[in-house]
Amino acid sequence: MSIRQAMLALLEPEPMYGYQLRAEFEQRTGATWPLNVGQVYTTLSRLERDGLIEHDERVDAAGAADAPDRAAQVMYRITPSGRGEVSAWFTTPVPRTQPPRDELAIKLAIAVTLPGVDVGALIQQQRTATMTALQDYTRLKRSGRASRPDQPEDLAWSLVLDSLVFDAEAEIRWLDHCEARLRRAAAEGHLHVPACPTRTADSEEVRP
Amino acid sequence: MSAVVLHLDNVTRVHGEGPTEVHALRGVSFRACAGELVAVMGPSGSGKSTLLTIAGGLDEPTSGTVSVEGAVLGSLGNAGRARMRRTSIGYVFQDFNLIPALTAAENVALPRELDGERSKAARLLALAALEEVGIVDLADRFPDEMSGGQQQRVAIARAIVGERRLILADEPTGALDTDTGEEILRLLRNRCDAGAAGVLVTHEARHAAWADRVVFLRDGLIVDESGADVADELLEVTP
Repeated sequence: MSIRQAMLALLEPEPMYGYQLRAEFEQRTGATWPLNVGQVYTTLSRLERDGLIEHDERVDAAGAADAPDRAAQVMYRITPSGRGEVSAWFTTPVPRTQPPRDELAIKLAIAVTLPGVDVGALIQQQRTATMTALQDYTRLKRSGRASRPDQPEDLAWSLVLDSLVFDAEAEIRWLDHCEARLRRAAAEGHLHVPACPTRTADSEEVRP
Repeated sequence: MSAVVLHLDNVTRVHGEGPTEVHALRGVSFRACAGELVAVMGPSGSGKSTLLTIAGGLDEPTSGTVSVEGAVLGSLGNAGRARMRRTSIGYVFQDFNLIPALTAAENVALPRELDGERSKAARLLALAALEEVGIVDLADRFPDEMSGGQQQRVAIARAIVGERRLILADEPTGALDTDTGEEILRLLRNRCDAGAAGVLVTHEARHAAWADRVVFLRDGLIVDESGADVADELLEVTP
């Protein structure tokens, strides 16, 4: 859905070829959500079917579906109702209806209820993996075009990286929180959870 | 493999005795090499601040050894350790710890002057360090005439003046907003890229992610470590 809106919005300032659209999208988002050629042309033909864009009259409309070579030569422009859709997209918040399926939350929810699972080790392994990803994002942020954004597209890319950074950080904070809750529960005797590879209650408050 | 600048070997630290004794560190071995920034993460009470004060010679281990650039801190004596802190080890604190009655340049020059450098030469070194952290134009201001971010830059300049090779930072971004905090991390990172060894204690994952390695501390033990393998799944699209 968001790809469709993004492509439509990119067509607003000027008409473009399909391959240009893909390049413009990746200029702003890196390879975070890679678009393949087929996806680009499928999306374009749906936008056209819905009357939101139209293509250059000189090329046969069927070209897009049958012959990608010819489709690449087709230039797309936005229609007035397409412009309406773009402005509606920018003035409407993204809905947060159903939380997206979160494998980690599901995994942990199951793990804490099963006797044989080392939840402490699970949390630590995940934290290390997520931290490694966070280090990678940070490395991308401090090098290359995201580090000194002087074009709007570079700024866009650095903001996308920030979004990945904040997501990973939120996951690590949540894992810290789960670990602390499980240790407390274990210390109070509610649970038999090996929440941490080391000690439990007695060393909880170690302060010099 | 780069030179090991900081080496903690099986370090323990026990505070107090008998029923109230607290094991802050329970046998920690840890190294930081030249050119490397290592982050230490853990909840409060995990021992991360103790680790840093011991690494900086501000506290002594109950057992185990700490060496900085090959010198074992425990065998140096008080005067030797103090000298080490002035010449080899730079310390950055969360609350800056600048001397309010001294200007930025005087704060930065102080460790050099205490080490016997003539004040003119010490001032030149201080100005070079302030230049490196981007605030040489504020050299003659007093701490209360500067923002938090600027004060922390002064503190970093003080930690690096005289080419010290070990930088220890205890929650250096704790009192700063997100953007300013990021600038401070960039400075630490640059200093390590230029050859210093850095140890950063933080509870913020986003800040720890600037490090080459992240060490996780729990109850005085290192429980895990995330390495620096470059997994560039998000290769940048070149324009």
